[in-house]
Amino acid sequence: MTIKNRAVWTGKHFLSGDLACAEGALAAGCRFFAGYPITPATEIAERMARRLPQIGATYIQMEDEIASIAAVIGASYAGLKAMTATSGPGFSLMQENIGLAAMTETPCVIVDVMRGGPSTGQPTMAGQQDVMQAKWGSHGDYEIIALAPSSVQEAFDLTIEAFNYAETYRIPVMVMMDAIIGHMWEKVIIPPADKIKMVNRKKPSNSRIEYLPFKPEENLVPLMAVFGEGYHFHATGLTHDEEGRPFTESIKVQQRLVRRLCDKIRKNADKIVLVKETMMEDAEIAVVAYGIESRAALSAVRKARNNGIKAGLIRLVTLWPFPEKQIAKAAKNVKMIVTPEMNYGQLVREVERAAKATPVKFLSKLGEEPHKPEEILEAIKGGFA
Amino acid sequence: MEQEITHPLESFLRKTRIPHIWCAGCGNGVVLNSFATALKETEQDLDKLVVVSGIGCIGRIAGYVNTDSFHTTHGRPIPFAIGVKLANPELKVVVISGDGDLFAIGGNHFIHAARRNVDIKVICANNFNYGMTGGQQGPTTPLNVSTTTTPYGNIEHPFNLVHLAAASGAVYVARWTALHVRRLTESIKKALQKEGFSFVEVISPCPEIYGRRTKMGNAIEFMNWFKKASEIQNFSDPAKAEITPERIPVGEFVDIEKPTFEKLLREMIAGVQGNVEGGT
Repeated sequence: MTIKNRAVWTGKHFLSGDLACAEGALAAGCRFFAGYPITPATEIAERMARRLPQIGATYIQMEDEIASIAAVIGASYAGLKAMTATSGPGFSLMQENIGLAAMTETPCVIVDVMRGGPSTGQPTMAGQQDVMQAKWGSHGDYEIIALAPSSVQEAFDLTIEAFNYAETYRIPVMVMMDAIIGHMWEKVIIPPADKIKMVNRKKPSNSRIEYLPFKPEENLVPLMAVFGEGYHFHATGLTHDEEGRPFTESIKVQQRLVRRLCDKIRKNADKIVLVKETMMEDAEIAVVAYGIESRAALSAVRKARNNGIKAGLIRLVTLWPFPEKQIAKAAKNVKMIVTPEMNYGQLVREVERAAKATPVKFLSKLGEEPHKPEEILEAIKGGFA
Repeated sequence: MEQEITHPLESFLRKTRIPHIWCAGCGNGVVLNSFATALKETEQDLDKLVVVSGIGCIGRIAGYVNTDSFHTTHGRPIPFAIGVKLANPELKVVVISGDGDLFAIGGNHFIHAARRNVDIKVICANNFNYGMTGGQQGPTTPLNVSTTTTPYGNIEHPFNLVHLAAASGAVYVARWTALHVRRLTESIKKALQKEGFSFVEVISPCPEIYGRRTKMGNAIEFMNWFKKASEIQNFSDPAKAEITPERIPVGEFVDIEKPTFEKLLREMIAGVQGNVEGGT
């Protein structure tokens, strides 16, 4: 395998999800990676360690995941698109500075290749046990965006999307990839560089005196200056005003800041949320799934149709913000929703909340392979009993 | 017309943040003053200088300096600073924080940054306790000292920070007290001009919290202690530079040359780019 010294490895390739994710990052303009080895995400770090120097960019292995995300935030403030990749235990350690990234509105990407938890759990087994942590892991109120690839191609595509969202909304964006997608090998098509959509953060054009680093534009996102350009601006994890000045006891400043940090995602949710619907037009039963589970679900839905059952699939590409409207709309038209997950009941809570009166059947897998299509089919059939 | 009188270092301060939050008699003002003087005397380009701080009283310093600056989470200024420095090696990156932030919660980051010899400057205001939270025991609190969390006396051995920095690989290590303003400023100047991981410890009076709890007295009494106990021992063995009530060894302990992380990274990248298909 030869990799030329260019960021976008245009062509048709056979790659794992981890490797495709790394290539997606490079194609999106990522020029800084800080990480710490952890199964099953290590291949992303290894790929970045090999690839980044080839294109004149920086890879550093930090002493832990706390340091990794801290370095990523620093690199982002110094103007680079930056990423880290980890799995559950490391994701837990990162939560502190994910909060800092949310508070200081730092564009950055965090990849979590999910294994079995809690704690050290099952390092080499797949899980979807971190999907609630992605949203609620750090303390306080904040919003993030989380994406869930269900194929190796999507590991590439959604990593690019993650960088574009991070730059657009100045937030940490998570790529929540289960270990099966991370380690699975499939065909990936990497388009020519000029065909890849790349978003860069909006920078201020006004003077140092006029620039307010946390004054939002119309879409609630502030313009972002970069260290070293003469703006002499200050950012802090403390509650701060538009100038970045700490206000630790002001109710007004706290409410204005925290509401905006959340609203910049909540009010732009329609532009962010993506679901893929299959055979949902006339469906009476909907399967709501994401990641590897959505592939078994698609197969189950097809089998159900062959059995004369009107089933359809809603595949969640965006986990956060949760596709509430899409689920609520579908719930009005179906008799039942089936939600298979590789955990003991996480995103299904959101599905239930959005589905309101429509019954939701939850299928759980822990420490084993994902659901077989037949198992999901059984649940679909059971719905008519 | 009457001429406006300004402080000679005013241009180094973000005036909207003044007055600062520090207590009267606190050593943090000395650190800020020495730092600003060092910037001025070494004619640093303030557009290319980034100050990073952690949590605690001295953590607020990043908000007071008129440069690009960032106030991180507790213990994390060093890895944040590494990200900044590696993303743009043209920047001069200075971490200013406290003993608890840098050596308890952030201790792991300190030793690894020193080991890598990343070209960042770390200034530590060591006041022997957690001042902002009200005087708890920390990694530099002397043995037997009674704090709010060691009401029966501290049973933990304190770090000797200059020894730790030297052993971890720092290329420049110095310690002064808040009394040694001129020498401290010279050491900060040296650190700013030195290539590689540089560490300056400042023994800092905390009369309101530590002084009150330990009955060490007011700021003047702290200064008298520094005056009496300090022994300038340049380039003596940092392993023997433990601080005791009788003796505060100060001076420059390490000043060596070693390739920085950035230099080795640059060379590695140049080598890789020369060899990959397509060349550079």
